[in-house]
Amino acid sequence: MDLAFTKEEIAFREEVRDFFKNNVPPDTRRKLQEGRHLSKDEMVTWWRILNKKGWGTTHWPKEYGGTGWTSVQHYIFNEELQSYPAPQPLAFGVSMVGPVIYTFGNEKQKKEYLPRIANVDDWWCQGFSEPGSGSDLASLKTKAERRGDKWIINGQKTWTTLAQHADMIFCLCRTDPAAKKQMGISFIVFSMKSKGVTVRPIQTIDGGHEVNEVFFDDVEVPYENLIGEENKGWDYAKFLLGNERTGIARVGVSKERLRRIRALASKVEAGGRAIIEDPAFREKLTACEIELKALELTQLRVVADEGKHGKGKPNPASSVLKIKGSEIQQTTTELLMEVIGPFAAPYDEHGDAGSNESMDWTAQIAPSYFNNRKVSIYGGSNEIQRNIISKAVLGL
Amino acid sequence: MDFDLSEEQRLLKESIDGLLTDAYDFDARKKYMKEKGGWSKAVWGKLAEQGLLGLPFAETDGGFGAGAVETMIVMEALGKALVVEPYLATVVIAGGFLRHGGSAEQKAKYIPGIIDGSQTFGFAQLEKNSRYDLFDVVTTAKKKGDGWVIDGEKFVVLNGENADVLIVTARTKGGQRDKSGIGVFLVPADVKGVTKKGYPTQDGLHAADITFTNVEVGADAVIGDGENGLALIERVADEARIALCAEAVGAMDESLKETVEYIKTRKQFGVAIGSFQSLQHRAADMFVALEQARSMSMFATMASDFDDAKERSSAVAAAKVQVGKSLKFVGQQSIQLHGGIGMTMEAKIGHYFKRLTMIENTLGDTDYHLRRVSEGGGLLA
Repeated sequence: MDLAFTKEEIAFREEVRDFFKNNVPPDTRRKLQEGRHLSKDEMVTWWRILNKKGWGTTHWPKEYGGTGWTSVQHYIFNEELQSYPAPQPLAFGVSMVGPVIYTFGNEKQKKEYLPRIANVDDWWCQGFSEPGSGSDLASLKTKAERRGDKWIINGQKTWTTLAQHADMIFCLCRTDPAAKKQMGISFIVFSMKSKGVTVRPIQTIDGGHEVNEVFFDDVEVPYENLIGEENKGWDYAKFLLGNERTGIARVGVSKERLRRIRALASKVEAGGRAIIEDPAFREKLTACEIELKALELTQLRVVADEGKHGKGKPNPASSVLKIKGSEIQQTTTELLMEVIGPFAAPYDEHGDAGSNESMDWTAQIAPSYFNNRKVSIYGGSNEIQRNIISKAVLGL
Repeated sequence: MDFDLSEEQRLLKESIDGLLTDAYDFDARKKYMKEKGGWSKAVWGKLAEQGLLGLPFAETDGGFGAGAVETMIVMEALGKALVVEPYLATVVIAGGFLRHGGSAEQKAKYIPGIIDGSQTFGFAQLEKNSRYDLFDVVTTAKKKGDGWVIDGEKFVVLNGENADVLIVTARTKGGQRDKSGIGVFLVPADVKGVTKKGYPTQDGLHAADITFTNVEVGADAVIGDGENGLALIERVADEARIALCAEAVGAMDESLKETVEYIKTRKQFGVAIGSFQSLQHRAADMFVALEQARSMSMFATMASDFDDAKERSSAVAAAKVQVGKSLKFVGQQSIQLHGGIGMTMEAKIGHYFKRLTMIENTLGDTDYHLRRVSEGGGLLA
């Protein structure tokens, strides 16, 4: 047992850190630090810088443009990326549909889609949740009917993150209505520009526009856009969600935010002294730092385990990462609310997308607190994670 | 970065787990607790036979030169089996003082007796008003000729009643809360002026309140120079805290296992109560708490070798905070999920809860250590 990083790993961290320092556009970094939304251009610009460096799809197999890094290197890269902070690669493309395509797709699909995912030539979104199918995802109703060499798709998806920017969607559709619910689902990809696709924004409680409803009205999709086998889509979705959970602790994000809280709490005064001088506040902050340290080590244990025994089946202990990671992210936004106090109140209706440059650092604190309630809901709600632990780990 | 045990460490784990499976079921434990002094000489002899009492000592002192990870493995196993023998007081604490501070003569005089199991120790540190501050000492040690005279009262000295030798912290200079002027003394328990009042503790261990009245010891009794003992005391206390964290992880691990087993078999409303989601989620939260504590126990174990004492202390304090939070949750919910049976002395589960609870109140509780980390500037800095 040795919890120290090797010399090579430390050097790698320096290399990554230097790259971010020299290549992340300063405005992009500042907006992230202040919890603001980035424009599509800002994100794509950065992702292309990453991709040019060869770091756009780090965890993909080498033959498809991956780096061949060890699991510890991946960990270091992600942590540095999150804590710098720089935008993470677009998960829907790089972490979700990409691995499904190179694992289950055919050669033509790999050739057609993978390079475009890596360079964000296509912005992908995820068509999973529906109004009636949240945690019980397998009850989904969006229908794809085969007609000759086409699928005809009808139905509705919801919570579709950043669909307003999307060129492509990967979609779970019911293709065999007679089969038992998990068995009749297929994984189909298609253009968001197709006739019959309508995107309607959902405004969330922070005032922002991240998620959407997406409607399909007789959308025609070539049959060859099916990934893998017909009616096997549920297996691919489980594979995809397993990949999602291991990265969801977001230790680097919370680290960056805790550093920011310390810095702000040293500036903002209450009762004639900096808030950081208040022992009650400081202890709350410290308690959160300790929880985060424990989470970081739990994540490293999962990472080391993955490195040893291969990725394969997702480690059910990664549900611990989701639960704790989301709780800590939420605590950090609560602490920011405490620091700002009564000045949390002003609401900038037009502050979304970070377009208002004159806005000071306080403007996004309350919205970020409201927005972060989502993290214990998405990616398999924390209650679903507890189901996973109790079944897969404890055998209940 | 490697969380796996080495081949040797794996063998050590198997050997101690095997020994305790054979010798230390719940009924056996009850018997040992009734023996004179409250623990089993026979078990202690077996630990000695397997070399477990000599693990951390240098090979030149007759030990095995094992490190912090080995102690973690042993303490976790002791926690699982709820072992009442004085491993912490003797091997970890007294052993720590001798290893890090003892002179060649002191090592030669005391270490062989620890390794072969013939001598056990007690750490006489806590005072009426010191609570968890290791530097808060009013017991005095005054120079007399070549030697020293010790006067004062110490409380809740684990294994104090049975110990052959006591390690006593005493003030040689300055006021009650001065950080310098503290000495560490090796005092044979049978010298004149040592009065012990022994009692069982809540968790089935034994302790004593000990009064020192004009206790005369020789010049060879002092570990170090008699004035600058605090750094050594803090180092050994950190090692004891690390050991307690590992013991708590072992106890929580077993406590959760027992609880999960229980709710799988206990039936109400015609079904196993473990089929109810409210109980499943509670058990899942217990698992989360346990894994977070396990991570911090490993972190603290690694920190014991940090060169920077401040960094080490901060890491260990952070671990004690996490373990303290986790053990409270796991311990309390283990009782809750057992229902009425969890309230009985006859069920094992309550004994885990009691041991865990006492660990929380040993060498600094959650609030105490949270304050320490906080005052030190936090953990990210």
